[in-house]
Amino acid sequence: MEVPQRLEAHDLACRRGLRLVFEGLSFALSAGEALLLTGPNGAGKTSLLRLMAGFLPAETGEVRLLPADEEKPFGEHVHYLGHANGVKASLTVSENLQFWIDYYGAPPLSDETIQAHLSRFGLAEIADLPAGMLSAGQKRKLALCRLLAAPRPVWLLDEPSVSLDAASTKILAAIIKDHLKAGGMAVVATHLPLSLRFAQNLDLSAREAA
Amino acid sequence: MIRACLALLRRDLTLSWREGGAIGTALGFYFTVVVLTPLGLGPDLNLLSRIAAGMLWVALLLAGLLSADRIFHNDYEDGSLDLLMLGPIPLELAAGIKSLAHWIATGIPLTLLAPVLGLLLNLPIDAYGMLMLSLLAGTPAVSFLAAIGAALTLGLRRSGVLIALLVLPLYVPVLIFGVSSVSAATTGPGSPWSALLILCAISLISIVLSPIAAAAALRASQR
Repeated sequence: MEVPQRLEAHDLACRRGLRLVFEGLSFALSAGEALLLTGPNGAGKTSLLRLMAGFLPAETGEVRLLPADEEKPFGEHVHYLGHANGVKASLTVSENLQFWIDYYGAPPLSDETIQAHLSRFGLAEIADLPAGMLSAGQKRKLALCRLLAAPRPVWLLDEPSVSLDAASTKILAAIIKDHLKAGGMAVVATHLPLSLRFAQNLDLSAREAA
Repeated sequence: MIRACLALLRRDLTLSWREGGAIGTALGFYFTVVVLTPLGLGPDLNLLSRIAAGMLWVALLLAGLLSADRIFHNDYEDGSLDLLMLGPIPLELAAGIKSLAHWIATGIPLTLLAPVLGLLLNLPIDAYGMLMLSLLAGTPAVSFLAAIGAALTLGLRRSGVLIALLVLPLYVPVLIFGVSSVSAATTGPGSPWSALLILCAISLISIVLSPIAAAAALRASQR
């Protein structure tokens, strides 16, 4: 599989019910770049990310990766981290992670590598605990471990730092940086400043006013 | 792709085993309804053996529906459903695998409990083989059709009753041919095999078509 070099969104519009959330949205990201999405509540940050992931139909426009991958649809290049973490309470921490590795068809990882990913967020000691016993922040970290364990080129992160403490927010910025350094791309919607250099900033509120 | 299918099936079975509630509720409900029947009808053995097949089937349909909302609801709640859509398998296949997991986790245990309950209803001894066969052939349709209702009512509060209203009409052919295969085995006339084969056909059709309908409903619920 060729590594995607560029992500292009062209003339995107999104309709929720009768309301046109945004329209005429175009941007492009090259490998190694991140886009920061800002805007007040209800400006359409989540809608844009969900539309890019393919959960919402686009009213107009399209999102594509270049060079185009004939075999896999766009969704299979994407990691989506939304408000919900997708963590199963009655599976253990490592079982949760292992499931997504298997389901997403990522290369199988040795136990040590999984432990290494977990320990990056300080979850290695509780790898055998049912995920239901974790705190909100720890569940968030487990969801972030999924991004590390099953590599995909495009990360769509919706408020990734919610319920993380200050130290973990730094780790979050570090893993996004590593991801970009490895040629990945990221679209991040956030209110809290991340210590990260974003190549572009898309302010949805400014568009709405215009 | 096969790895993803197996991972999903294994996860769903592990979850239903660990959470236990779904299997326990279905089996407990089935047991209670059938135990109550002779208490309500009185100790007329001829009457009981005449209605045994019908009672066992009706109670099984209701018991199977009890846990139907779990097929998609938990994944919807915790956000896993979104993430499943980004996987390498089409949503139709994922919906089918989740229905299959529901069948293995509730359909098969209910089928295994049925002969024990048949004793309580004085089911004729020569009907047990056909009862098991017809339940085994019919319960896949129960799980797969229930998945349509579960997908349509996703995100609604108290969806259980609505699922029953939506899905029970679809169970009519399953019930008719399930009961008629068992009663043909005991009282005749005719061979039980024709009804059983139609039951197999109903199950096969629902295995193919329900995941498509369920996936369409799931996509609509994402909007």
